[in-house]
Amino acid sequence: MPKGYSRPQTLIDKPWHFCPGCNHGIIHRLCAEVIDEMGLQNQTIGVGSVGCGVFSYEYFNFDGIGPSHGRAPAVATGVKRVLPDRLVFTYQGDGDLAAIGTTEMVHSAVRGENITIIFVNNTLYGMTGGQMAPTTLMGQVTTTTPGGRSRNQAGYPFRVCEMLATMEGAAYIARGAVYNPAQVVKTKKAIKKAFATQMAGLGFSLVEVLSACPTNWGMNPIQALKFVEENMVPVFPLGEFKVTPIEAGV
Amino acid sequence: MEVVFNEKRCKGCGLCIEFCPRKIIALGTKMNDAGYHYPFIKQKEKCNGCAICAMMCPDVIIEVKGA
Ligand SMILES: Cc1ncc(C[n+]2csc(CCOP(=O)(O)OP(=O)(O)O)c2C)c(N)n1
Repeated sequence: MPKGYSRPQTLIDKPWHFCPGCNHGIIHRLCAEVIDEMGLQNQTIGVGSVGCGVFSYEYFNFDGIGPSHGRAPAVATGVKRVLPDRLVFTYQGDGDLAAIGTTEMVHSAVRGENITIIFVNNTLYGMTGGQMAPTTLMGQVTTTTPGGRSRNQAGYPFRVCEMLATMEGAAYIARGAVYNPAQVVKTKKAIKKAFATQMAGLGFSLVEVLSACPTNWGMNPIQALKFVEENMVPVFPLGEFKVTPIEAGV
Repeated sequence: MEVVFNEKRCKGCGLCIEFCPRKIIALGTKMNDAGYHYPFIKQKEKCNGCAICAMMCPDVIIEVKGA
């Protein structure tokens, strides 16, 4: 079934700084496609993060804010409370969201803040050169775990979706990946549901996307996608963890 | 129907080549200004414009026109 493809209007036409094969590019594009399809480009405010996604406000064709490291959900809370008719979403890595920004993430969900978080999990701190993150897999080698992540030194991987799904304030929680075309389609649907959940005023939404970091994993882009499928998915299972039907809008 | 690669921005990651269902994309021998080899369609007549290459491209350099 032939179909065309052109660059989403919501992306500014400029080259990206990402490394070859970095999945941030695919995830940026999916957010832009969904905003195009929902007709929300003039109504969206993005909140960036510190990490490889730091330039999101340079790439998305809507207003954006660059908060300090990990504080994006707090900034988004303020924006959304002042401008409740806007789509307000944060774009955060696992170092930003699940390490330094854990408090902001957890409490925005506890409060049921009507914002969306796009959470890009690549198992480490990409921008600073590949240090261990709370999401690093057991035994995984990073620059700060040269012998592999061990239980005694660093405990276990942090499963954000599973934790947030237990909270009453959370309305939509899902985990996707982009390691093949089928997963790209599913992840796009999840992002759309999260944004629709927010626009219906149902509460907090988060979509985690498992993402390859070929540079810091020391792999080529194809091997890195295989690593996501074979090594990350068993630890971070894909699917929807909490869904609030949109009809049940308050 | 035409598949257009914005060659200047390609980083040669090869995801379009890997996921093309008909395996008709290949990296060329020429390099762009950034020093990356960029792809081309080997057998244009076999392309049905499915746009899976564009769906996997992390740099949004692929456009599928008039499909
Ligand atoms: C307050 C503060 N502490 C530390 C840093 C250094 N720093 C910059 S990016 C980063 C981690 C980013 O990792 P992640 O959020 O996983 O994003 P990725 O780069 O992997 O996409 C850190 C620790 C900083 N910029 N500010």
